[in-house]
Amino acid sequence: MSGLLSLQQVAVNYGQGTVLQSVDLTVRAGEIITIVGPNGSGKSSLLRVMTGAVRPKRGRVLRQAGLQIGYVPQKLRLDPTFPMTLRRFLDVPQPIADADAALVAERTGISGQLDKQIASLSGGMLQRGMLARAILRRPDVLLLDEPTQGLDQAGSAGFYELIEDLRNELNCAVVMVSHDLHVVMSASDRVICLNGHICCQGAPEVVSTAPEYRALFGRGTRGTMALYRHDHDHHHDQGHDHHHDHHAKPSPN
Amino acid sequence: MYLEFMWIAACAAVGMAIMAGVLGCFVVWRRMAYFGDALSHASVLGVAISLGFGFSVYLGVAGIACLVAVLLWGFLGSQHSTDSLLGVISHGALAIGLISAALWGNGISLEAVLFGDILVLEWRDALYIWVGVGAICCYVLWRWRALILSTLGEDLAASEGVDVQREQFFLALALAMLVGLALQVVGAILITAFLIIPAAAARTITRTPEAMAAMAVFIGVAAVMSGLAGSYYWDTPAGPSMVAAATMIFVVLQGLSVRSTG
Repeated sequence: MSGLLSLQQVAVNYGQGTVLQSVDLTVRAGEIITIVGPNGSGKSSLLRVMTGAVRPKRGRVLRQAGLQIGYVPQKLRLDPTFPMTLRRFLDVPQPIADADAALVAERTGISGQLDKQIASLSGGMLQRGMLARAILRRPDVLLLDEPTQGLDQAGSAGFYELIEDLRNELNCAVVMVSHDLHVVMSASDRVICLNGHICCQGAPEVVSTAPEYRALFGRGTRGTMALYRHDHDHHHDQGHDHHHDHHAKPSPN
Repeated sequence: MYLEFMWIAACAAVGMAIMAGVLGCFVVWRRMAYFGDALSHASVLGVAISLGFGFSVYLGVAGIACLVAVLLWGFLGSQHSTDSLLGVISHGALAIGLISAALWGNGISLEAVLFGDILVLEWRDALYIWVGVGAICCYVLWRWRALILSTLGEDLAASEGVDVQREQFFLALALAMLVGLALQVVGAILITAFLIIPAAAARTITRTPEAMAAMAVFIGVAAVMSGLAGSYYWDTPAGPSMVAAATMIFVVLQGLSVRSTG
């Protein structure tokens, strides 16, 4: 089966600088793809090419006919004079039944914020609002740009569980950009390591041992990966009697 | 008819306030104040050209405003620092317009161009303005969802199939049309005031975009009516009186909202 969305030899320029080149990527239904890469490696640009907000300089972007995209950017540049409650935001562009809105608000953790003005919300909360709005439109592809920025480790883990549940329910594909290397690894079917071009890609275990990945993220991340896998060998929900430092620190070995 | 000029003035001013109220919300939300400035300042050049070549002022102003709108729209899409660029175009166009008026505008009243001369309008002018009201209201109602979505975020709108460039282009053209029509009512300097003040005043008491647009229209209409009345009774200049009335409404609403929240 061909993909929902595919990029063929895509290159993107802003002004003089080349941001992306020779990107081939196919997104299939039901898969979770995570894009990792250093700052300025073109991660956000890659998402924006997929949404259609940025037209590629070269190459082609193919979308399945009628493809519904749910896009959650890092932030919205809202003017405080723009009046809109979070509840009303869910109604853009078509009104949503209150029952549906309440259900999705509960799952995305925005229930208590529905009466607030979106311009006054924190970045993380607004992203949850955007996710809720995207879900209500039953997307075929969810594109998330650093959805866990500003969340702590437990919050991120919960967020990735939500994404996995959504994928299973909606059978949508998920493409996300993330910085939390270790958490991301477990939640993804495929990891794409980006640095202006696709350095390497594949299952999380494969990518984390690839020399290209280690060249970008250093040897330390390999230790973190090992630590992370170790964490998940015992189940978190059976009680957590010892505390892990989940933050990525190069392991001593 | 007794006081006919006042009826014409009221009719034209109310139409102008409706157009400016609706479009003004987008100007405020999308931080296009400089854009409005540039359009209206450039319209001075339009007046000078139409007087110099002897064709309708509406045609000249609308033509120049559209031209500037298209030029600016090209710049808006690019990565330049838009505010300073718009400032350059705005003041440059005003200067060239004033020079052209001095050269070609034989006897043109600069005050009328800059501050409007609503009391000399004819019924035909009011009719043009109301045709504009109809066109702009139809346009905004038709494109409302796409406009709101692209105001929320251009990338967000693009991902949902909105042609953001096209929406921006038509919004710029609608503003150019407003400038062309409103020039004789409030003048080049005060057009931006009517775009911004009623919308800003409406913001303090509304919670949704629809309510804000409706309230901006209401406040704009109230301001032009009371401004005109004041101008008649106290013999003050009409355009500035209307802007002053709008400013007073803004101050009162702002004061009330600060009081209720603080």
